[in-house]
Amino acid sequence: MAFDVLEIRKEFPILQRSVHNKSLVYLDNAATTQKPQAVIDAMVDYYSNYNSNVHRGAHQLADQATRSYEAARDTVAEFINANSRSEVIWSAGTTESINIVACGLAKLLKPSDQVLVTQMEHHANLVTWQQACKASGATLVIAPINDAGELMIEQYAQLINSHTRLASLPHASNALGTINPIKSLIKTIRDHSNNYALVMIDGAQSIAHCDVDVQDLDCDFYAFSSHKFYGPTGLGVLWGKEALLQDWPVWQTGGEMISHVSYQDAQWNTLPYRLEAGTPNICGAIGFAAAINWFTQLDTVAVLAHESKLLALATEMAEDFSGLQIIGSAKQKVPVLSFVMDRGHPADIGFILDRQGIAIRTGHHCAEPLMERLKVPGTARASFALYNTCDEVEQLFIGLKKVREMLA
Amino acid sequence: MSLPSSAEIIEDLDFFDDWEERYKYLIDLGEEMPKMDPKLQTQERLVKGCQSNVWIDVQATDDKLSFVVDSDAIIVRGLLALVMAAFNNKTAVDILAFNVTDYFQQLDLEQHLSPTRGNGLRAIVAKIQAIARATSS
Repeated sequence: MAFDVLEIRKEFPILQRSVHNKSLVYLDNAATTQKPQAVIDAMVDYYSNYNSNVHRGAHQLADQATRSYEAARDTVAEFINANSRSEVIWSAGTTESINIVACGLAKLLKPSDQVLVTQMEHHANLVTWQQACKASGATLVIAPINDAGELMIEQYAQLINSHTRLASLPHASNALGTINPIKSLIKTIRDHSNNYALVMIDGAQSIAHCDVDVQDLDCDFYAFSSHKFYGPTGLGVLWGKEALLQDWPVWQTGGEMISHVSYQDAQWNTLPYRLEAGTPNICGAIGFAAAINWFTQLDTVAVLAHESKLLALATEMAEDFSGLQIIGSAKQKVPVLSFVMDRGHPADIGFILDRQGIAIRTGHHCAEPLMERLKVPGTARASFALYNTCDEVEQLFIGLKKVREMLA
Repeated sequence: MSLPSSAEIIEDLDFFDDWEERYKYLIDLGEEMPKMDPKLQTQERLVKGCQSNVWIDVQATDDKLSFVVDSDAIIVRGLLALVMAAFNNKTAVDILAFNVTDYFQQLDLEQHLSPTRGNGLRAIVAKIQAIARATSS
């Protein structure tokens, strides 16, 4: 199999539109990716033909909705090589997935415990643990990065000890693109904490760009969102080891998560339902399964090679572009190019590119402490997906020339 | 030099037909607008945007409200100059009577007032209006 980017683009209706009378160049994929027709169709089909609440209706539609919804769980379980479908918990997104773990951990932490995160976190993987530590009296420890935006591996290992109750780190950084060597780090965390530490991986930025095999990684929790991986917004996944999840403190109550209720007491349902309160995002799950099925039919090796080519071209052009400085030059990166310019605040860069039909993100990328660490007010960030082309990378730099001219 | 009035700005911007000239005009306005003393750029005066920061300082003299505003982004400074043309050295009654949505629509810049723009412009306008309401009540 091969990969034809121009053919793939035809499957994305939104890529055919224009912005400010220019062809849309969508380079904000780390914020959210666009959706292929297959995903849109699956969601329209659900609402057109079998919309119903799951698990409880005594009728044909409920049966059909429940089958599709639970089949979506199987699709996710298979995609990340979960040991069992019970390990796949639906959430609203990566942030909620991390909150499920952090809210539970807050009840388990002792004041002598430590939680280890890194300097490259976005807020979802920082504030969650910070608050769990505040609630329990545990200590939040921050592992440093170097100026290239890479985790300092030796220092990281030194920060782990027999009090480290949990280490959470991103598989890939949203603001810098850095891919962390998580497999070896997970082993380090296990060894240095005498197997005391749990390991949580924030997979928001990696799920679309890295192979994820949770059994091979041997982490305890892995979180990701559908919408950064060609699926709909409002749906995410918390994967966790069954032995942990089945006793994990419940964080929301009501709906499908109970097995028996009296006025004064309640018993919780089994996995995966015990951590899923209320009517779930049924259409979201069905749409996400459509996205995974669509993606896995592609030549994924060729897809990742194509994305690497886009990043390499963008990096090369950025290095040759005077007045521009790349922020984040890790050796291993997802296709993210963060940068600042001598003249022009990131917001100015964003405004002028927008008028040229080029969509990027600017600002602190919900990673304020990281921006302070890097001594920048924020960055401009172009992030690529499988449907982007080399021509679009070139258009980005034509656009940036205009930025440089206008702000000269 | 003094900044143009809101009527002059509408006239000026109407003259340009392409976005580039319009944005250059904004950048020029942003450069001409007096800067805020960095000592005044405190947390209390900060209106935080996701993309850029905006600061506002207010003084009441006689029955008029005068503002000093600033931003770390030049185009946002230009947009702030448009806001100043409409609101600076006006009475609270004038400020509240001014239809800022219409104004930005006439300038064809209403997208910058949308809630998706994390540039603090919308927040600044809301803040100025709140100050005017508090003064006139």
